[in-house]
Amino acid sequence: MLTEILDPLSRWTVPLLLTIILLVGLMKKVKVYDAFVSGAEEGFTIAIKLIPYLVAMMVAIGIFRETGALAIVLGFLAPLTSWLGIPGEILPLAIMRPLSGSGALGVATELIQTHGPDSFIGRLASTMQGTTDTTFFVLTIYFGAVGVSRYRYALFTGLLADVTSFLASVYFCRLLFI
Amino acid sequence: MVNWIWTIFIIVGVAVAAAQGEIHKVTEGAIKGAEMAVAVALGLIGVMALWLGIMRIAQEAGLVNLLARAARPVMAKLFPSIPSNHPALGHIIMNLSANILGLGSAATPFGMKAMQEMQKLNGNRPVASEAMCTFLALNTSCLTLVPATIISVRVAANSANPTEIVGPTILATAVGMTVAITADWILRTYYRRRGGF
Repeated sequence: MLTEILDPLSRWTVPLLLTIILLVGLMKKVKVYDAFVSGAEEGFTIAIKLIPYLVAMMVAIGIFRETGALAIVLGFLAPLTSWLGIPGEILPLAIMRPLSGSGALGVATELIQTHGPDSFIGRLASTMQGTTDTTFFVLTIYFGAVGVSRYRYALFTGLLADVTSFLASVYFCRLLFI
Repeated sequence: MVNWIWTIFIIVGVAVAAAQGEIHKVTEGAIKGAEMAVAVALGLIGVMALWLGIMRIAQEAGLVNLLARAARPVMAKLFPSIPSNHPALGHIIMNLSANILGLGSAATPFGMKAMQEMQKLNGNRPVASEAMCTFLALNTSCLTLVPATIISVRVAANSANPTEIVGPTILATAVGMTVAITADWILRTYYRRRGGF
């Protein structure tokens, strides 16, 4: 039932958005081609700027995995994660996500490359990447910028949202992709 | 924090390899990781450029502003302590809309302005106001309609259906956001009963 709703949603979101944005742009007399090019230029810059972050994180994870250190850690956690239906390989991403956006992207990319984008782990990693934000980073820069040093319950709520979204991602991915 | 995690990954990896007498695996892992990272980043360029191009059109067509206007009634409910028509509300809506459209880099400046306005309402105290806590709860749990970066990573990895994760992403964020808003409301009420701070 849920799959029947979600599959078309996944399929149609991008094409619909594309069409609507273009049509509205034309109606509003936006120079769509020029706007596109200037936005695309920014995309190029961002992708290039990601390289150092990706290298740093994927080197560290490469070492951690190749040497067998990851397998040891996952062995310890296996009983808990298998009981929850969570593949152990995803845990480094769950830990990294609230801490560092570029770090998490590095971990997610590594998972997708290693296990394949259409594997369960690949799909779960992709979903998690879109559902949560870099809570610590957002709090630090936003509060830091205005001189707020006592966060009260903001950090707790943010992390609670991260944990909930993580578990919900596992739930919906299992429902849809297994 | 990231510094620690990063260091631990490497040091523990080296220690494990040394203990197993297979120290060459450290070098192999490092080089493999570095090569993969650059390949991935180059693969990202096309799709990232595509999406940010499309999103720029959306911005210039005023779609982001439109979203902002549509969301006003909901905002009044979520931020009762901010007077209606206060500039803070506008910036909050712009920030959330930019997040929803996946305009990550555009979202941050709006968020900063929103915080500055809320800090004025807060009397420039070093303690976060209720509205600030609600804003951050929304912001960190916020839905991304087009998670462009991860879609492009999937494209680069030759996924058969790169966008199939949009559906579960929307559902999972809905759950996360509901929990965040509820928790924020409960904590707000609790702190008020305890007498402010």
